[in-house]
Amino acid sequence: MNTLPIHRRMFLAAAAATALTVSLAGCSGGNKSGNSVEITNVSYDPTRELYQAINPAFATYWKKKTGQDVTFRMSHGGSGKQSRAIIDGLEADVATLALAYDIDVISKKAQLLPADWQKALPNNSSPYTSTIVFLVRKGNPKGIHDWGDLVKPGVEVITPNPKTSGGARWNFLAAWAYGRKAGGSDAAAETYVKQLFSHVPVLDSGARGSTTTFVERGIGDVLLAWENEALLAEKKLGAGKFEIVNPSISILAEPPVAVIAANAKKHGTEEVSKAYLEYLYTPEAQVAIARNFYRPSDPKIAEQFATQFPKVNLVTIDKDFGGWANAQKTYFDDGGAFDRIYTKK
Amino acid sequence: MRQHAPGTESRTTQVVLILLALAFLAFFLVMPLVAVFIEALKQGIEPFLEAVSNPDALAAIRLTLFIAAISVPLNVVFGLAASWAITKFSFPGKNLLLTMIDLPLSVSPVVSGLVFVLLFGAQGLLGPWLSAHGLKIIFAVPGIVLATVFITFPFVARELIPLMMEQGKDDEEAALSLGANGWQTFWHVTLPNIRWGLLYGVLLCNARAMGEFGAVSVVSGHIRGETNTMPLHVEILYNEYDFVGAFAVASLLAALALVTLVLKSVLEWRFDLHSGARH
Repeated sequence: MNTLPIHRRMFLAAAAATALTVSLAGCSGGNKSGNSVEITNVSYDPTRELYQAINPAFATYWKKKTGQDVTFRMSHGGSGKQSRAIIDGLEADVATLALAYDIDVISKKAQLLPADWQKALPNNSSPYTSTIVFLVRKGNPKGIHDWGDLVKPGVEVITPNPKTSGGARWNFLAAWAYGRKAGGSDAAAETYVKQLFSHVPVLDSGARGSTTTFVERGIGDVLLAWENEALLAEKKLGAGKFEIVNPSISILAEPPVAVIAANAKKHGTEEVSKAYLEYLYTPEAQVAIARNFYRPSDPKIAEQFATQFPKVNLVTIDKDFGGWANAQKTYFDDGGAFDRIYTKK
Repeated sequence: MRQHAPGTESRTTQVVLILLALAFLAFFLVMPLVAVFIEALKQGIEPFLEAVSNPDALAAIRLTLFIAAISVPLNVVFGLAASWAITKFSFPGKNLLLTMIDLPLSVSPVVSGLVFVLLFGAQGLLGPWLSAHGLKIIFAVPGIVLATVFITFPFVARELIPLMMEQGKDDEEAALSLGANGWQTFWHVTLPNIRWGLLYGVLLCNARAMGEFGAVSVVSGHIRGETNTMPLHVEILYNEYDFVGAFAVASLLAALALVTLVLKSVLEWRFDLHSGARH
């Protein structure tokens, strides 16, 4: 019967171990001094490297200008998901997302910023742009040069799901623009895009997932990708294993940025948030943008990087598709063109 | 045809069964585990150390331990209270309580996370009130703790209820009739009886608390260095093509699980030494 105290000792030891873990883990938390300010930037997936380059540069610039220290909280994720999180209370001071529609929704559903937010900054509030290109395997074994080659027998195309991915919606519209130009009508475009999607073996939920499918798992002959993703894959992931093909026509992708006014007001960060987004248009930031494979909006900087970004015939969302609200309804909402194409497969 | 008594199957059957079990283990447990460590150390020890000592990774590790350190003790208390109530007393609504305890196991973690967003999110039921009082739950540490506590709630209770049910209340009644009070009865009679069940419950609860992905992902907000737990950090690194980093943190997560297992074996061994034939 005198075994009992021993059991108890063991339990005390276990309890002590737990307490130790608590005290080891417990001490963390932000420190705020008088002359510092914090910006929360909620962004989409592929901008991590970009803002890692820009944030310290802006911090130096702001310190010199105002004597204030800036720190950043970065959140990355699928553009639609991030937009939803801001609506649900993720207190972003600035949103830097993949497409204007995702910021429109924040304005419409949560009234955190004015409806005409896109007029606040130059170029539709897009300090950088990108486009959709093809990434093919080294030597281009299937001979893919333009959209028409994607629907040849035996070609497998990788693209994410337009229902969930911002990048995929740009892909879809770029393909549509080609179909419309080649066939002369929206009906011809629908036939082409339908044919194209019959060549897609897997629909990942996000652009990064698709890149991993193509690059790491080796599935498919061609990846429809953001130009910045394709350049990153070509230069960093598998140097010498891939080639970029620029199609005859593509779409101008404008990832917009905006101050989430209500949150910035609440945090007292209106001034610095605005300055942060304006900083993105300075030559210094534009160079960092180009080095991270986004197309700079400043024509002078764009010229310096002309070899990296060849001229492509680009359609735009506003001129050719009547803006995002319209495009979303016509092509991607339930019962839209994508549903017709993909369910009738 | 000859009948076999259990345990006297032919040698071949034994060997085949053992090999089958081993092959299964090797394929589904050992191989993936080894693969994680190989991938993490593929480019040598230095990139590995760099990946796990990166400030964001350290913050994720701290947060994960912190979450486990809150949710495990809470659920030990909840679990003990619930199983004590269910097995030692009878009261109206007992079956309902039993069913409710299982709820977190039967609901998808994503739904569990969304429930908290619906309750505490800015557009949710309590959102406007919380925001007016400057309280942050969703997309902050309290939300992650809530989601984790909810998800791991059944583990301790589910281990204890069948055990305590089987043991009945004879021991406790004897103790009480000999003059022990409630607390003494619990400490000297009940706790020693259920210690194994409790230990398993705590281990399972801890493993899930550290590893939970779905529910935590919904309520986290993914702010680097602040609301990313280890599993979320692994996903982010993987999506950023930082495969060494992703597998380094993943292997650390796996190592934490291994440590818990070793701890369990050590405890078992010590108990066996001391309690001898009782076990």
